[in-house]
Amino acid sequence: MTYAIMFYALCALILVSSAAVALSTNIIYSAFSLLFAFMGVGLIYAMLSADFLAVTQLILYVGGILVLILFAVMLTFQIEETKRSNQSFSRGLALLTAAGLFALLTAAVLLAPWKPHAGEPPFGPTTAEIGNSLLGAYRLPFEVVSVLLVVGMVGAVVVARKETRER
Amino acid sequence: MHIGLTHFLVLSAAMFCMGVLCLLSRRNAIGLLMGIELIVNAANINLVAFSHYFGNAVAGQIFALFGIVLAAVGVTVALAIVLALYRTFHKSIEVDSASTLRG
Repeated sequence: MTYAIMFYALCALILVSSAAVALSTNIIYSAFSLLFAFMGVGLIYAMLSADFLAVTQLILYVGGILVLILFAVMLTFQIEETKRSNQSFSRGLALLTAAGLFALLTAAVLLAPWKPHAGEPPFGPTTAEIGNSLLGAYRLPFEVVSVLLVVGMVGAVVVARKETRER
Repeated sequence: MHIGLTHFLVLSAAMFCMGVLCLLSRRNAIGLLMGIELIVNAANINLVAFSHYFGNAVAGQIFALFGIVLAAVGVTVALAIVLALYRTFHKSIEVDSASTLRG
């Protein structure tokens, strides 16, 4: 019962804040609603017994990605002018497309014959198992993704720096 | 009130559609980036929900972990591109002002 109440409360949090991200006219408000959407998703992970992922979500998204986005917003925008920050295309068409997509996805989810394992799914810590798998069965993707991180970092530095080459 | 797999899948579908709405209705680059982040998060909810309801297998959570890392790399590079755009195109990051490559 409390599980259901918690789930619907988190649903409300996530959906309201993602709607604010999508529709707010001020980009700063969008960025701050993104914070609540990320936190809601982290709590959903906790409800799915993914404790390690929940913490990672909070550290990486709220502590890292969101701060980065806020920095970029504040570096690039004349924040006072809300008109500049969200000039949009025809919003009605976009709403219609998104609603149609949602109807399609929901129909697909509800019609598909999922066969989850019977009974209540088990809850338990998963951190140890994730660590063992990352250095066991998944060590190749783990290494590849670390290389990718380095490449992304170097690429970001190269793209963002000023051209200072002398001719 | 029993919360099952489909509840989480519908929640993730709704969040995905919010992300699509954000992508469709905005024209400034950071707004588009936020839409992409919403979509990645919705996909990760799917993965974790499947892993929980199919015997708490840890594979789905690891997949979601890699998804988070890929999103972080994407944001880093995309924000660098946004800053470069801002410098190049006269203090504007609206995506349709950056149409120099159009033939």
